[in-house]
Amino acid sequence: MDRRESLKSIILGSLAGSLVVHGCAPAPEETVSTTGENHFGRTPREKELIEKLNAEQFLNEHELATVTVLCNLILPPLEPYGGIVEAEVPEFIEFMAKDIPEVQTLLRGGLMWLDHKSNTEYELEFKSAAEDQQKEILDGIAFYDPYTPIQKQPMEIQFFSLMRNLTLTGYYTSKVGIEELGYKGNMPNIWDGVPQEVLDQHGVSYDEEWLAKCIDQSKRGIIAEWDEDGNLLT
Amino acid sequence: MQIKESTKTYDAIIVGSGAGGGMSTKILADAGLKVAVVEAGPYFDPKNPEQQTQLKWPYESPRRGAGTTRVFGEFDMAYGGWEIEGQPYTHKDGTKFDWFRSQMLGGRTNHWGRISLRFGPKDFKHRDVDGLGENWPIGYEDVKPYYDKLDKLVGIFGTNEGLPNDPDGFFLPPPKPRLHELFYIKGARKTGIPVYPSRMSMLTKKINEDRGVCFYCGQCSRACSVYADFSSGSCLIFPAQKNGGQVDLYVNSMVREVTTDEEGKATGVSYINREDRKEYKLKAKVVILAASACSSARILLNSKSKQHPNGLGNSSNLVGKYLHDSTGSSRAGFIPDLMNRKMYNEDGVGGMHVYSPWWLDNKNLDFPRGYHIEVWGGMGMPNYGFGFNPNDFNKFFGLPTGGYGNSLREDVKKYYGSVIGFGGRGEAIAREDNYCEIDPTTVDEFGIPVLRFHYKWSDYERKQARHMQQTFEELIHNMGGEVLGETPGEDQDYGLLTPGQIIHEVGTTRMGDDPKKSVVNRFQQLHDVDNVFITDAGPFVSQADKNCTWTIMALSWRASEYIVDQLKQQNI
Repeated sequence: MDRRESLKSIILGSLAGSLVVHGCAPAPEETVSTTGENHFGRTPREKELIEKLNAEQFLNEHELATVTVLCNLILPPLEPYGGIVEAEVPEFIEFMAKDIPEVQTLLRGGLMWLDHKSNTEYELEFKSAAEDQQKEILDGIAFYDPYTPIQKQPMEIQFFSLMRNLTLTGYYTSKVGIEELGYKGNMPNIWDGVPQEVLDQHGVSYDEEWLAKCIDQSKRGIIAEWDEDGNLLT
Repeated sequence: MQIKESTKTYDAIIVGSGAGGGMSTKILADAGLKVAVVEAGPYFDPKNPEQQTQLKWPYESPRRGAGTTRVFGEFDMAYGGWEIEGQPYTHKDGTKFDWFRSQMLGGRTNHWGRISLRFGPKDFKHRDVDGLGENWPIGYEDVKPYYDKLDKLVGIFGTNEGLPNDPDGFFLPPPKPRLHELFYIKGARKTGIPVYPSRMSMLTKKINEDRGVCFYCGQCSRACSVYADFSSGSCLIFPAQKNGGQVDLYVNSMVREVTTDEEGKATGVSYINREDRKEYKLKAKVVILAASACSSARILLNSKSKQHPNGLGNSSNLVGKYLHDSTGSSRAGFIPDLMNRKMYNEDGVGGMHVYSPWWLDNKNLDFPRGYHIEVWGGMGMPNYGFGFNPNDFNKFFGLPTGGYGNSLREDVKKYYGSVIGFGGRGEAIAREDNYCEIDPTTVDEFGIPVLRFHYKWSDYERKQARHMQQTFEELIHNMGGEVLGETPGEDQDYGLLTPGQIIHEVGTTRMGDDPKKSVVNRFQQLHDVDNVFITDAGPFVSQADKNCTWTIMALSWRASEYIVDQLKQQNI
């Protein structure tokens, strides 16, 4: 079993006891470059860095399992899109902890805090506690004061905020997350203005005078020519 | 170590391949001259699949676009940043300057915003208006023919509006405004701020058979694989080569100094090949520095000889002086009327479809010069950072912030595309005591002495930034929005960004008729050495409230035509 498969097996294993339908779904197609072979425009040095980080392991098996359980509570799977497993959120968090080492202490310390709290309250590690017990712990740390800088709030609130941020960003930058969000771009198309029903919904409209200056998309393929005063002729 | 010397003598060596160097390459090569282009970074072609980041998805990367290795995110197409390993720079007297470098064929043109604003008549003679700074020795009428040619060669969208200091040109039609831009237009009009279609160098319409037309992915910062936006490689250097030009590219080659002969004339350059880390020499009749304002100043200052003990072209002691970046300050707001959006593709071109040029009269203001307003917003592609604090705006409705569970999905969608942001980009006054110089105590990994910066903003710039902040807050209120973050106070220079952050540094080898008060003449030729020219932003006397690239290229074209002419007449 290679490292990637072993990560996946821990992640799936940690959710196996729960009622997660996706726990037994086959792993998604390989879309993330973990080998550096899949080009996304990396320079040779950038590729080396990715390979180096992939060869290291930050989270141990227990920590990775706890992260998986926690992320799955933060964002439970939703049919038909999926959840953190399909979005490879735990793998993403493992990578980011190595890529941005500044988060390591808060991440690792926060996981310890979760286990300590759970052990104190229920004599169980967090990942093994019942879902309602887990949620009871989260209810105490999941809300933050928006008018106080996060660094000045209690460690466990900072930790949860970090985990929620990484979970959501990991999910919404994944294939399934982008599909659920409904983002329609990143593909060739012709921009020809805001749809009328959207203008109506938001109570704005185009000026005729402004529109008259804009590109006539039926002529985009015709080579531009101007008169000597800069008036476009074509 | 023996320095390896090439036996070939070029007509010209061009140091740097960005906006200025690319243009010099095109004009000289098209005129049949033999040129060597010496570039510090690797070869780059926006259509090379191994280098391409355009149309990649965040999930193709294990870090989902985070900016660990590229400061504007890992899909941005600049190899470099404000900090480059092995290439430090230092500061004097506790002052700050952030120096951005992009080392690759095409330089910063591969990722820049493509905001392409001509300077106006007033911008070349602003001392006549307010008594500050210095006039340029040339005027708008000298540069206009080159701006005109540039518009047609490179392609730019915009509109002719007949404005006094934002001249008309040869524009392709602009794209229609996006939803948040319609909100901006409405909000700005309430305050009397005029808004026009932006002026940017992307092809909304075909201009020739070699370049594609924009397909609206909004990713110009990733460099366009069909060459529908301006990059120096795809629009200047490759066409020059295709045209049969005699262009030798020396990539991964870090120029150390300009070499000179007994008479003090330039003979070529010496450079370090980054692959074998050995020093080489190239010879040419003319040396054109276009390495960026600060890099070219550094090369000149490092080119010391018996004839030029103070560095090349530095008898005035002004090389490196009058360094100035655009002023910059930014603010964002949450607009409740932009919540709960229907999804559709609004990527558009990379960046804004509308903008506001400077609109006020300084007679009624407590600062000189002006700024233009850039606008951002919309439903962009998620990248690292998307979904952070997904319901933070709940605070504006008295609802709790944070939580977990599937309600977060609804929060993300509710607020997606509801933020609008503004950047003010303005004109600083060029001052002799803002400068870069050689730090004698520090070298880079190539053994080349590095730059040391000394830069302070004055109250002119701080008050301008305060005005930007007041304007942005008013705009956000006009749109029925909530301003995000605290109003930056005096202790934060009113939100004025550290110099260098706007990446418009100019002025280090300024142009003038008096050799005691300037480094180059009106054709960007060193006063001291007639076969060395500078075609980056070093010769700028002042920055204007515009971005500098279009003027770099127009001036580079003008200087390059002069070089061709002088070589043909055998004057140099």
